[in-house]
Amino acid sequence: MSKATEIDIVSVSKIYGATTAVHAISLKIPAGTYCCLLGPSGCGKTSTLRMIAGHEAISSGDIRLGNTVVTDFPPARRGTAMMFQSYALFPHLDLVDNVAFSLKMKGIEKDERRAKAMDLLRLMQLEGYATRRPAQLSGGQQQRVALARALITDPEALLLDEPLSALDPFLKIRMRAELKKLQTSLGITFVHVTHSQEEAMALADLIVVMNDGRIEQAAHPRTVFEQPATAFVARFMGDHNVISGRVKEDRGGTLLLSVPAGGDFLAMDRGASRQAETADIAVRTDRVRIGPPAEKGLGFTGSVTNVEYRGSSVKLSVTGAGIEDFTAILTDHQFFANPVKVGEAIPLCWDVEDAVVLGRLTH
Amino acid sequence: MTTVRVFGIGERKDRRSVRLSPAAVSYLQATPLTVILAAFLLVPILMILVVSFWDYDFAQMYPDFLTMNYTETLGSWVTWKIYLNTLKYALMVWALTLFIGFWVAYFLAFHIRTTAMQMVLFLVCTVPFLTSNIIRMISWIPVLGRNGLVNSLLIDAHVISEPVEWLLYSDFAVVLAMVHLYTLFMVTPIFNTLMRIDKSLVEAARDAGASSWQTLTNVILPLAKPGMAIGTIFVVTLVMADFSTVQVMSGGQSASVALMMKNQMSLLQYPAAAANAVVLLALVLLMVAGILRIVDIRKEL
Repeated sequence: MSKATEIDIVSVSKIYGATTAVHAISLKIPAGTYCCLLGPSGCGKTSTLRMIAGHEAISSGDIRLGNTVVTDFPPARRGTAMMFQSYALFPHLDLVDNVAFSLKMKGIEKDERRAKAMDLLRLMQLEGYATRRPAQLSGGQQQRVALARALITDPEALLLDEPLSALDPFLKIRMRAELKKLQTSLGITFVHVTHSQEEAMALADLIVVMNDGRIEQAAHPRTVFEQPATAFVARFMGDHNVISGRVKEDRGGTLLLSVPAGGDFLAMDRGASRQAETADIAVRTDRVRIGPPAEKGLGFTGSVTNVEYRGSSVKLSVTGAGIEDFTAILTDHQFFANPVKVGEAIPLCWDVEDAVVLGRLTH
Repeated sequence: MTTVRVFGIGERKDRRSVRLSPAAVSYLQATPLTVILAAFLLVPILMILVVSFWDYDFAQMYPDFLTMNYTETLGSWVTWKIYLNTLKYALMVWALTLFIGFWVAYFLAFHIRTTAMQMVLFLVCTVPFLTSNIIRMISWIPVLGRNGLVNSLLIDAHVISEPVEWLLYSDFAVVLAMVHLYTLFMVTPIFNTLMRIDKSLVEAARDAGASSWQTLTNVILPLAKPGMAIGTIFVVTLVMADFSTVQVMSGGQSASVALMMKNQMSLLQYPAAAANAVVLLALVLLMVAGILRIVDIRKEL
């Protein structure tokens, strides 16, 4: 039943009256990809998904699915299926009729559509609940019904609008694994909207980080994590300290940054700085160590403002050298070998490859 | 100088307090409504029931236990005709108010985008209801009359040469006035149910390839059923008990059950009217029970 398709978004905008929700974004989602649209609320990720689904008119630009331009198609003719945030199951129908709904709309015979619906309920391990109403199911079961209902049309792409947000934390992690397994076995394209970077990291082959109606970075999770494209991505993904300052010296390959009323910092530059006056650099929190820096610009001395024990790791907040709230994550082993207390002044250091120069979006 | 008070010390222990068991508290809380319902609903119904078995003549009622009032009422073909006539009105008015009420509510709930505008338009629907029932009904007379607005317009436009007679003092006029009076009782509960339908259900239906008509018949109508049932109960009971509209708008040419009772009462035949009332009550309760069997309205309450 799998016939994955590529989704091509070409400078698509969404304008609501005077506000622009999506600013001419372009994105290519390869066939069979698990793509996560990630961003804070109001960043335009849901509008983008709804435009792909056809539930929101596209103000300008085009969307292509495979070789067809679907910009002006109604949702059902696009070959996509959408799973809604609240699942939108029909409360007056039992599970079989819920799942068979789209077949009924196509005018398929009752026996045939019920048989197909039962197949999908079996796939979701819900065949025992076939005659129940959605209200009699738990959140996780409702979600599986919604998935079954979306998949019965044999879609080329499944669009999921924050599918895990209504579940409790344990169920969230379990359903996450099920979603990934389902996507792998079906082989179709999934586009999943979420505001949780953890969820996106766990699921996606392609993370699209959005902010303020624009795409900040679209890449494999590992790239997004290790080489965040912008300061926003670095902050939003967490696990990075972002330091902003004036460019003091461009040594070609490395950059020396000077923080106002603070120290100088060295970072790897892969061409992101573009010879600008100012720049942002990101330092991985888990690569920071306590100790004097090997080279000038790869560390600073600050006072500890907070110590947070997290079991396998300890989170230190350090202020100094013009930097507020610098985070260092130490393993419990490292920390307890040489414990520090709040108020103590400590030297921090890191390696040059753990500090990268971030780019800036040119609007 | 301060006084230090320690709890439990220096407090009077002999303060009398009445301790009630939780059950007694609940009963006490339910008492006011029970008393009101008993005094103004149960007792009058029982009185009607008792009186319906009494004897009477032109001047007085005599306590008795006779079934004569019932046999007379149910044995007369006039009564049956009047009941049938009333049911006919109820059916016609119900069908029309349901149709109009649903579409008005549908328009308000799904085609008006802002909640503020929905509320404004809904209030506009209720404005006529700030005037009296009787006035709204009587105001149809100059519109529909022999030399009324409609007839003079049609004659001026040369559509007809003679005034149309059936506009006023006819079944048409009765049904028209009743629809006018009672449509809001249908709009309100249906609007209420439609407003509770999650808009994403409509989108989900569209996503599944449903046309607007299919969405209406497969999603919206089934979910609007409880509101329709409540509206139906309102309209049917109101029409079944109506006498003023029938009297005024039919010009005394048609009768309804309530009108028959009113006439019996003006002839001081209270026991006969009471027997009629009991029969009508039983009939209406049966109809309500039938509606409740078909549609589960518990979700709405």
